[in-house]
Amino acid sequence: MVELGWWGVPIGVVGGAIRVSTPFLFVSLGECITERSGRINLGLEGILIMGAMSGYAVSYTSGNPWLGVLAAGGAGLLLGLLHGLACNLPRVNDIAVGIGLMLFGTGLAFFLGKPYVQPKAPTLPAIPLGAWSNSPQIRAALQVNPLFLIGVGLAIGLAWAFRNTRWGLVIRMVGDSSDAARAMGYAVPRVRTLSTALGGFLAGVGGSFLSLYYPGSWSEGLSSGQGLMAVALVIFARWNPIQCFYAALLFGGAGALGPALQSVGITSGYYLFNAAPYVVTLGIMIATCSPRRTLAGAPGELSINR
Amino acid sequence: MASDRSGQWRHAAEALVIPIGALAAAMAVFGVFMAALGQNPLEIYALIYKGAFASAFSWQNTLSRAAPLILTALCVALPAQAGLMVIGGEGAVVLGGLTAAIVGHLLSGAAPAGVKVAMALLGMLVGGMWIALAGALRQYRGVNETISSLLLTYVAVALFNHVVEGPLRDPSSLNKPSTANIGDVNMIGNLPGLDIHWGLGFGIVFCIAMHVLVRDTTYGFALRIVGGNPRAARLAGLPVGALVLTACVLGGAAAGLAGAVEVAAVHGSANASLIAGYGYAGILVAFIARQNPLAIVPVAVLVGGLSASGGMLQRRLDLPDATVLVLQGIAFMLILGSEALYGRLKPFRARAA
Repeated sequence: MVELGWWGVPIGVVGGAIRVSTPFLFVSLGECITERSGRINLGLEGILIMGAMSGYAVSYTSGNPWLGVLAAGGAGLLLGLLHGLACNLPRVNDIAVGIGLMLFGTGLAFFLGKPYVQPKAPTLPAIPLGAWSNSPQIRAALQVNPLFLIGVGLAIGLAWAFRNTRWGLVIRMVGDSSDAARAMGYAVPRVRTLSTALGGFLAGVGGSFLSLYYPGSWSEGLSSGQGLMAVALVIFARWNPIQCFYAALLFGGAGALGPALQSVGITSGYYLFNAAPYVVTLGIMIATCSPRRTLAGAPGELSINR
Repeated sequence: MASDRSGQWRHAAEALVIPIGALAAAMAVFGVFMAALGQNPLEIYALIYKGAFASAFSWQNTLSRAAPLILTALCVALPAQAGLMVIGGEGAVVLGGLTAAIVGHLLSGAAPAGVKVAMALLGMLVGGMWIALAGALRQYRGVNETISSLLLTYVAVALFNHVVEGPLRDPSSLNKPSTANIGDVNMIGNLPGLDIHWGLGFGIVFCIAMHVLVRDTTYGFALRIVGGNPRAARLAGLPVGALVLTACVLGGAAAGLAGAVEVAAVHGSANASLIAGYGYAGILVAFIARQNPLAIVPVAVLVGGLSASGGMLQRRLDLPDATVLVLQGIAFMLILGSEALYGRLKPFRARAA
């Protein structure tokens, strides 16, 4: 075995970033679509947990983890649809509904998922991109899950779609000016509902990663707030899918910094490193906001900008 | 034209009938859900009532759970008067509790009455400052307070974990890292004659005081102008920044007090039990109460009662403890959705002249 010493820290961070970032990537892409259409869904946390539970349950009963991923997406789609429809009602606040949805999704997942805490479901396979190396740390770091690669492809595809497809333009127009969209004859509520449902689908898939790959089992303490963080991530990424990918890597890497430093003997301040992504996001918001203008790149109809 | 008084009554009746109707609808949906799973909904309703409101013991359980929610709901409702949407009460709870634990430990030799007052006041101060940070960022840097308060909550939880599991960890707390105990003499006891801790009393007094402040004082009037139209408030020469910041300080102080009371009346030290989601539940309580400080009390009691009945369902019917979370989730979604009905139901509309 090759002794890596201090090199273990960056390798651990890269490996951790790849491993941990996938759920961040999916929830942030989902939230990105939703927010681009002019709504905020704070309930992605509930959707993520519901996705993790239903993905695990379906994988356990069917024996096929990919069916589980699909089921997780379906569960997320339904909850996203619920959020979208509720927010179409007049005077209903999207942030409050999001928190209600967080509670509802979490409660439903804990309730329905009780029988699946013990059994072992088949999990998703890993692609060993580090097979060339004989260092076990590097091999472990480069075990990549197919969902990660799908997420990367999705980020690129979404960025392209926002710029070049009719649907991408419609979502952006609805998010930037509902008056303009109405004048063009588009049904603003319908576009937003569909965008929220699609965002829910992606968040559900992100949840299935948690239960079907890493950590790879279903329990009530599975999520550590990845869904709630999606909102911060999207702001950090300035509503750009490609930057969502970088942001997810950065948030994942920051979370992996603590354990990696611990492995070389630095144990104090472990919990403070967990706060790093939030402090960085806050710092960026403070640096780029001003009382006279809103964040560059922010959809004009977003409630947090008005 | 209907007289002013009958209009007021209509509004009050509407504000009562719509949420109660939504709650009844939620119970019905929940009943169908449970029936689909082969349970008897009527038996479940009976057990929820039993666990929440039927006996002195269940009332005590309900009210103890309602106490922190009353205070965290104020952390949403007060900034909301000034037009701010703060969702970071959890951070103020956690830091208020941590402060109380540290103060209680440092002053452990002093007179208990002084220690109790110091714990409560410093907990409130830290909670107030924490939320004021979000308010100041909004006022002076244009950073959205909803997002910044959420981010600050994560920072607060990380700070809390760092202190509790690191520098101030009591070496004797092996399985559950905690700070040193504040000592039995420093615990604030129960309300006289009741088996419910002082948090409930503080919460109710705080709500009444805030109701008076918002409704009947010049300060409250100015605050509501800021909430209604900040530009008009500025043109009228109101000190918008100071108004927004004080609303944040008061709200944060309420949440900080919730954390301090949890430490000084329930846990005796700061540990992970403090991070129980009181801040998030408080957001929903405030929204269901439509940001009205007085309405917060009954709503919090109702939500506290629903959570208190969880144990009863678990023991009697062997249902998962998350059962009441499902009911709460359905109820919240429907009550939030029922907001759309205001002004649309015929009996509550003002009669045309």
